[in-house]
This record gives sequence, structure tokens and C-alpha cells, in this order.
Amino acid sequence: MSNAATKHHPNYIAVFWVLLIFTLLEVGIAYLRIAKLPMALILISLAMTKALLVAMFYMHLKFEKRLLILIAVSPFIFAVILTLALMPDIGIGR
Amino acid sequence: MSHAGILEQPRTGISNGKLAMWLFLCSEVMFFTGLIGAYIVLRMSTPDWPTPSTVLNIPLTALNTFFLICSSVTMVNAFAAATEGHQAGIRKFLFATFLIGSLFLSIQMYEYRKLIHHGFVISGGIFPSCFYTMTGFHGAHVAGGVIAIFCLLIQAFRGKYGAGNYAAIEYVGLYWHFVDLVWIILFTIVYLI
Repeated sequence: MSNAATKHHPNYIAVFWVLLIFTLLEVGIAYLRIAKLPMALILISLAMTKALLVAMFYMHLKFEKRLLILIAVSPFIFAVILTLALMPDIGIGR
Repeated sequence: MSHAGILEQPRTGISNGKLAMWLFLCSEVMFFTGLIGAYIVLRMSTPDWPTPSTVLNIPLTALNTFFLICSSVTMVNAFAAATEGHQAGIRKFLFATFLIGSLFLSIQMYEYRKLIHHGFVISGGIFPSCFYTMTGFHGAHVAGGVIAIFCLLIQAFRGKYGAGNYAAIEYVGLYWHFVDLVWIILFTIVYLI
């Protein structure tokens, strides 16, 4: 049965405000006239932080057993490998 | 919770259902990585890729992103209410999640209609093709989540969930937050960059 954070719940509303502020920041940055690469890096960093917050607090990963955290994190290693493995294809169809 | 023929592994401290949901979500990570990886390759191979903000309606989608984040808050509150056996809270927050999820889909349909009206169709090039594939698959996941939440809602009104029985709400909640998480990444990659 469920065992995560049943006694006291994390501050979900505080996480919501951070997510909201980061989203507004992202939209603002997208309209700035700055170089593509730094903009992409900033936006991806903000998005990753938001995703991490959702996983840690809304999906309760922060309060889970270590085994479950390892299971949850493992596909991201494969995700990076897959993305890197696709990179040599860039420009093939050009 | 043990089902016929499937024994709980007590040493892990993780229920079968939760483990199964997380493993499913792991496979979903790879599914969306395939799409995102293909998008990166196609985009970097196409010199005249349009700036998304010149084609797509960023403020509308930002509003939709806000709605999806709100739905995660209501869903997690439904879970919290369930752990405390707060029946009215379970129903209220599940209903709110159902409504907001439906609103997200409605706005996405409105966005598609507008885009198609302006000639931005799936066969119109590599950018629209990628756009509809990625947002469409995500939308299908949201639709699946909305149906699952509707099923929870029916059970909640029958008084099925309480302090000792909230596993289903937790599992659907995990799925729902994952769909929100994927949207956070897609919104950034497809709309903003």
C-alpha cells in the first residue's frame, strides 16, 4: 500500500508558485532578442528544474525509498544515450 | 495489497501497483525521448526552421501550461485528502482535476483548429509534422489521464476511497504528474526555443 508522505504533506502551493514564476520567466526569455544557444540553455535549465520539482514533490520522489528513486532515474541515463546516439544523424537529409 | 498469484515483495517496501506504474512511466520516458531526439535531429538538420513564436500562439499555450500545472496541484490535493480520508476533499479535487484536464484538451483543440485554419497542417512540412506528432501524442496522454480521473471520480462518489484505500488515486496521480512533467519539457522545446 501507499507509504509516501502520509503523515505530513509537503508545501504543494509553494511548489506551484515556483512553477508558475519559472513558466512566466521562460515565456519572457523566449521573447528576448538574445542569441539562440544561451537562450536554449537557459530555457532548458528552467524546464529541467520545473520537471525536477514536479517529480520530487508532486510525485513524492523526494520521500520515496532509494530503490524506487533509482528505478525512476534509470531511464534518464538511457534517454541521454539515445539522444547522443541520434546526433550523428544530424544533417544526413540535407 | 496482493492480487491472485502475484505476491508482494516485502523487502522493497514498494507496492506492486506503484512499482508497475513507475516502470510504465520509465517506458514512457523512453517513448517521449524518441520523439524529442528525432525532433532535435530534424530541427538541427533543417536550416530554415521557423522561429516557433512567429507561427504558434505562445501566450495561449503559456496559459494552457498554467492550467496543467494547476491540475497537478488539484490532483496532489486529491491524494492528500485521500490519505486523510477526507471524502468531500477527494471528490472536490478530483472533479477540479477532471475539469482542468478537459479545459487543457479543449484549448489544445482550439489551437489546432486555428493553426489548421491558417494552413499550418500536419502535411505542411517538417515543422508542422513534428509539432502535431509531439503535441498530439502528449494530448492523447492527457485524454487518457482525463478518462482515468473520470473513473476515479465515479468511484469517489461511491465512497470507495479513504484513509486505508487510496492506491488508485496515487497511481493515477503519478501518471498525471508525469504528463504535466512531459508538457513542461515539450512546451519549452517546441514552443519557446
